[in-house]
Amino acid sequence: MATTQIRPASEELEELEEVWEDDPGIPGFFSTVDHKRIGKRYIYTCFIFFFVGGLIALAMRVQLATPNSTFLSADSYNELFTVHGTTMIFLFNTPVLAGFGNYLLPMMIGTRDMAFPRLNAFSYWVFVFAGIFFFSSFLIGSPPDGGWFAYTPLTTKPFSPGFNLDFWGLGVAFVGISTTVGAINFIVTTFKLRAPGMSLNRLPVYVWSMLVFSFMVIFAVPAVTVAAGLLELDRIFGTAFFAPGAGGSTLLYQHLFWFWGHPEVYILFVPATGMISMIIPVFSRRPIAGYLWIVTALVAIGFMSFGVWVHHMFATGMPALALSFFAAVSLLIAVPSGVQFFAWIATMWHGAVRFTTPMLFAIGFLLIFLLGGITGVMVAVLPFDWQATDSYFIVAHFHYVLNGAVVFPIFGALYFWLPKITGRMLNERLGRVSFWTMFVGFNVTFFPMHILGFLGMPRRVYTYSSGLGWDTLNLLISVGAFVFALGVLLTLINFVVSQRRGERAPDNPWNADSLEWATTSPPPDFNFEAIPVVASRHPLWDQQPLPVADSGPDDATQGFGFAGAHDHTTPITGGLRSVPEGTMRIPEPTVLPCVLAFGLAVFVVGLLAQALIVGVAGLVIGAVGLVWWAWRTGEH
Amino acid sequence: MTVTAPTMTETVVVAPPQARTRGRSIGWWGMVVLIATEATIFIALLSTYFFLRASSPTWPPDGIKPPDLGNIAIFSVVLIGSSIPIFWAEAGNRSGDQRRLRAGLLLGFLMGASFLAYQGYEYSHLDFRWTDNAYSSIFYATTGLHGLHVLVGLLMSLVVQAKAWSRKLSADHHVSMEVFSLYWHFVDGVWLFVFTSLYLTAHLR
Repeated sequence: MATTQIRPASEELEELEEVWEDDPGIPGFFSTVDHKRIGKRYIYTCFIFFFVGGLIALAMRVQLATPNSTFLSADSYNELFTVHGTTMIFLFNTPVLAGFGNYLLPMMIGTRDMAFPRLNAFSYWVFVFAGIFFFSSFLIGSPPDGGWFAYTPLTTKPFSPGFNLDFWGLGVAFVGISTTVGAINFIVTTFKLRAPGMSLNRLPVYVWSMLVFSFMVIFAVPAVTVAAGLLELDRIFGTAFFAPGAGGSTLLYQHLFWFWGHPEVYILFVPATGMISMIIPVFSRRPIAGYLWIVTALVAIGFMSFGVWVHHMFATGMPALALSFFAAVSLLIAVPSGVQFFAWIATMWHGAVRFTTPMLFAIGFLLIFLLGGITGVMVAVLPFDWQATDSYFIVAHFHYVLNGAVVFPIFGALYFWLPKITGRMLNERLGRVSFWTMFVGFNVTFFPMHILGFLGMPRRVYTYSSGLGWDTLNLLISVGAFVFALGVLLTLINFVVSQRRGERAPDNPWNADSLEWATTSPPPDFNFEAIPVVASRHPLWDQQPLPVADSGPDDATQGFGFAGAHDHTTPITGGLRSVPEGTMRIPEPTVLPCVLAFGLAVFVVGLLAQALIVGVAGLVIGAVGLVWWAWRTGEH
Repeated sequence: MTVTAPTMTETVVVAPPQARTRGRSIGWWGMVVLIATEATIFIALLSTYFFLRASSPTWPPDGIKPPDLGNIAIFSVVLIGSSIPIFWAEAGNRSGDQRRLRAGLLLGFLMGASFLAYQGYEYSHLDFRWTDNAYSSIFYATTGLHGLHVLVGLLMSLVVQAKAWSRKLSADHHVSMEVFSLYWHFVDGVWLFVFTSLYLTAHLR
C-alpha cells in the first residue's frame, strides 16, 4: 500500500486539471469559485486601493508641507482625508487580510477549497462593487467629507446636504456584507475541512488568527452596519435616530460606530500577528516559542477587544465609572499583546535567525508595534487622553498601529508567500532596499507627529499659519511620506520584474513547516492530489515523507485521494481531532455570485439616487439570483 | 539568496483514517454562524431602543400611546407557534414521510404569512410615522427589519416547498430543509425579544 512518490504521473495530473479547470476567457473570469483565484484577485484589487489611498495621503502631505499652502482647498482636504481613511480601513486593510486568508487558509489546513466556494466569490464581488460605488463619488464631484468615522450631527442631512456622505454610509453598509460573508466562510472552513489529524492544537497560528478575526467580524460588523444604516435612514428617509431635536442622540452614533470600531483595530491586528507568527519561526529555524500562550493571547484579545470601545469617547463627558472601566480594559489588553511579543523574541533568541526580506519586515514590525503599543497604553490613561485627543499624537499612534503594525506584516507576507502564489521568487536585494526605505520613511513620517501633537497641532486641519513651531516638523513629515512611498514603489517594481524575469520558485523555498508549502508553486487548482494526514504541529518538518491518504470505499473517506480529487470533492472532517465525516462536492463555476452582488449594487445605487425603479430592479435581480442559487444548492 | 531547503515534499500514500458517525452538515454550520451575526444586528437595534428610551424623559415621547397588545399578542403566538409545523415537517422528511413534509411546510408558511399581513395592517393603523421622532423611528426600523426577515423566511419556504414537490428532498437529502428550519426558528425566536422590548415593556411605567 505504502508507495513513496514525489508527484503523481503526468496523465493523472492532466485528468485532474481538466476536472478542476475554470471556463476559459471572460466567462471564466466572472464565474470562478476557486479560492486561490479569488484570493489572488482580492489581494491585487486591495493593492490598487492601497496605491490610490497612498497617493491621496501624498497629496495631503504636499498641502501640509508648508504653512498657508493653497495646493488643496479646505473642502478638497476634507474629502481627501475622509476618502484616505475609509479606503485604507474598508477597502485595503480588512479585505487584503481576507484575501490572504482566502488564498492561504484552505491550503494550510490541507483541503481543496473553502466550505462555501460560491459565497467566497460573492464576497469578492460585493467588495469590488462597493469599492467602485465608493469611488464613483469622485465622478459626480461629491466624495465623502465627514471624516472616516462620519460623526453625527455633522453628517446628518441638515449639515451635509449633498450626496457625499451617502456614498460613505451606503458603501460602508454594503462592504460589511462582504466582510461578514467571508468570516462565516473562514469559520466553517476551519471547523469542517481540516486535514485528518489536524486537531485544534496543531492548527498553524495563522489559522487561529483568522478564526479569531472571523469571530470578531461576526459580532462587531453588525454594529457598524446598524450605525451606517440608521444614518442613511436619517439622511434618505428623514427618520430621527441622530436628530437631537426629535429625541435622537448623537452619542448613540458614536457608541454604535465604536462598538465595531475598536474590535476592528484588532480585527486588522490579529491576522497581521498571525502572519508574523508564521514568518518568525521559519527564519529562526525553530518552532514558535509558547504556541499555547500565543493562541490563548489571540483568543483573549478577541474577547477583550469588545470592552474597550469607549476609549474613543473619553472626551464626551460620560460618567466616571464607565470611563474607569473602559480605561482599565484598555490597559489590560496590552497584556496579551505583550505575551505575543515576548514569544516572538524568545523564538528568535533561541533560534538561528536568517535576515531575509520577510524576516526584516517582521522585525521592523516588532519595533514599530512596540512604539504603537506603548502610545496605546498612554492614551488609555484618561488624563493623558484628554490632553492628546484629536491632536497629531493620535494620528501618530494609529498610524503606528494600522500602518506600521498591519502594513509591515502584510508586506512581509507578500515577500513570504508571493513565491508560492505566483511561482516566482522576488528579488532579495531589491526587497531589502525596499524594506529599509519603507522603514526609514515610515518613522520619519510618523514619529515627528507625536511631537507635533504635543506642540498642539490638531488633526484634520487643512493648513496652519507660520510661527507656531510646526513648520520644520511638517516639512520633515512630508519628505518622510515620499520616502515611504518610494519604498512601496520599489516593492511594486520588484513584483512586476519578478513576474517577467524572476527565478522560478521551488515548492518550499524557505523550508517552512506548514502544509501550503507541500504543493507546487503555484499550486494546482485542486491544491492536493491526495489530502495529507497530519500528526504534528509542523507537518513538513516532522513528517518526512508526508503521509497522504488514499480514497476509501465509503462516503466518509472517498474524498481523500485521487478519486476524491477526480470527483471534484474534498473531505469533511469534524471533532477536535479532525476525524473523517463525509465528502463535500465542490460546486462548478457559476456567475450567480456575481449576479447577486450586482443586484445588490443596483439596489444601493437606487437608494443613493432615491430612484424607486432602480432600487426595485436591484432587489428583483438579487431575489431571482438568490432563489436560483437556493434551488441549485444542497442536492443532499 | 541561495536556497538550501528541500524543494519538494516527498509523500507516501497511506490508508484513509477511520471515519466516525456523521456530524452536522456544512450548511448547518454556515447557518448557525449567520444567525449569530444576524442576532447581533437585532441586539444592536434593541440596545438602540433602550438607549434612546433612557435618554428620553417620557416614553413613548410626544404623547404617543404605546402600541396595543391585544391583536399583536395573538399574532405573536401564531408566528412563534409556526415553528411547530416546521419541526413536524422536518421530522417527517427524516422519516421519509413526504406528506407530512409538505403539509408542515405549507402550514408554517401560512402562519408566517398571516403574521406579516397583520403587521402590514398594524402599520397602516398606527397614529405615528417613522419620521416623527426617535421613538417612532426605532419602532418601525426594528419591527420592519424583523418583518423583512419573515419575508425572506417565506421566500426560503417557497423554495423548499418547490423542492419538496419536485421530490428533491428525502431522508438522505435534508440539508435545505434543515437550514431553512434553523433560520425560521431564529426569526420566530427573535420576535420574542422584539415583542417583549417594543410592546410589553412600553406598557411598564
